[in-house]
Amino acid sequence: MKTESRLEKVLASGALAVTSECGPPRGALPEKVREKAGMLRGCVDAINVTDNQTAMVRMSSWAAGILIKQMGLDPVLQMVTRDRNRLAMQADIIGAYSLGINTMLCLSGDHPKFGDHPMAANVHDIDSVQLIQMVVKMRNEGKFQGGKDIDHPPKMFVGAAANPFADPFELRVMRLAKKVKAGADFIQTQCIYNLDKFETWMEGVRQRGLHEKVYILAGITPIKTAGMARYMKNRVPGMDVPDAIVKRMESVPKEQQPEEGIRIAVESIQRLKEVEGVSGFHIMAIEWEEKVPEILEKSGLLPRPEP
Amino acid sequence: MITAVRKPMEEIIACVSPYDRILLVGCNECVSVCSAGGRKEVALLSSALQMHFLKQGKTIEIREMTLERQCDPEYVEELVNYMDGADAVLSMACGCGVQTIAARFREKPVFPAVNTTFMGASERQGVWSERCQGCGDCVLGITGGICPIARCSKRLLNGPCGGSTKGKCEIDANVDCAWQLIWDRLKALGLEKRIEDVIEAKDWRTSRDGGPRKIVREDLAS
Repeated sequence: MKTESRLEKVLASGALAVTSECGPPRGALPEKVREKAGMLRGCVDAINVTDNQTAMVRMSSWAAGILIKQMGLDPVLQMVTRDRNRLAMQADIIGAYSLGINTMLCLSGDHPKFGDHPMAANVHDIDSVQLIQMVVKMRNEGKFQGGKDIDHPPKMFVGAAANPFADPFELRVMRLAKKVKAGADFIQTQCIYNLDKFETWMEGVRQRGLHEKVYILAGITPIKTAGMARYMKNRVPGMDVPDAIVKRMESVPKEQQPEEGIRIAVESIQRLKEVEGVSGFHIMAIEWEEKVPEILEKSGLLPRPEP
Repeated sequence: MITAVRKPMEEIIACVSPYDRILLVGCNECVSVCSAGGRKEVALLSSALQMHFLKQGKTIEIREMTLERQCDPEYVEELVNYMDGADAVLSMACGCGVQTIAARFREKPVFPAVNTTFMGASERQGVWSERCQGCGDCVLGITGGICPIARCSKRLLNGPCGGSTKGKCEIDANVDCAWQLIWDRLKALGLEKRIEDVIEAKDWRTSRDGGPRKIVREDLAS
């Protein structure tokens, strides 16, 4: 074991792991964090805490993560390279680890253009691949990015994102290989709706033996409404929602659409469970956390193992 | 070249309106090539200002000058005989030119008439695009001749990010994804494998982060 991470233990045991996410509130109410995380208790192995997602200011990922840790649950500290330079990121990593956070996800982050501070400076001192390298170096060599020794280094279980649906597609396996080379321990993918394309990507992943070097958690986001399906298809960069999914959502009356969305999510999980190299699932139920237990129950992913 | 665009008329008018005698100075280099502040633009701006103030019932004296190179003290010296006759200087050069005038004529207010925009290249007639951020440690040799620092919206050194769609950047369908361009070029060069080489975190000391930069060539310095 490289770390004390519960997620690492579950993955190492060979069981399918389950993570979910919790977007911190746009304000200082800790109850909001506890409420969302509470819905996931007993259902997931770790809870991702997003870092100013969609470039909107929210409670910091580490602070919300600590609130979750205090509940006896396991947060995954998400960190984007957009908002902080390498000094600030390393400081936050040490701080989070000192309070018991041992798992993190390295991202570049959405461009400020998409958020409510489009006038903000875009930092990107380092990128997501270099962030992986930095956290791994802190753990494995006990050194800061700048080269000096760390007194009691943070031992993070290091995650990264992969989007099998972005362009150019032919590059997507190589990009995963690059993140593996940088030292990523686990991968959480973009939401999967185009299962055929995902399976093609996984085939490429297996050909390179990458599934044996990194744990891949397949990303699942239940769709609430036909409108949401259309929005994701047309407006969200790097998202691949096939027409068949949109049509299926449109084919049922509005009040039954949430149910249909859950059904699609469960069917996707069932199919992806059979894909060699898929080590678990990352359920991103955006502002719909209360449905996560139901999805997992129906997918046969409960109860969670005690590692 | 350094590109620039003229400031909005209202902003220029607000700067010069307290003065009666304006020395309007263009530059024959970059801003002339990108049609922002050369001889022609100086004449156009001069007429526009004259017209504006005439309508206001105010007479304003504008002397037009276009220097060979406004960022060079040798050429800026040519303004010395005209300074006594001017209450303020309006410069159509890039920020380097404006500052060269401000440094030489310390007691004369100098206003920029253009917004200095970027270091870029001409794509076609009337279109210029950013190409370089002057980071001081060029990576073009390993990125297929396309700069991710200047051309990727997130300046990723190990792109593309997950927002690359059909060759375009997630921020705007009119912006090329720099990493798609890099990938295409590496393929054309038969260097696909290079995309998997991790480019290490950059040392930004050679860029603006190391403080204001200066080049001293001992062999040339007087």
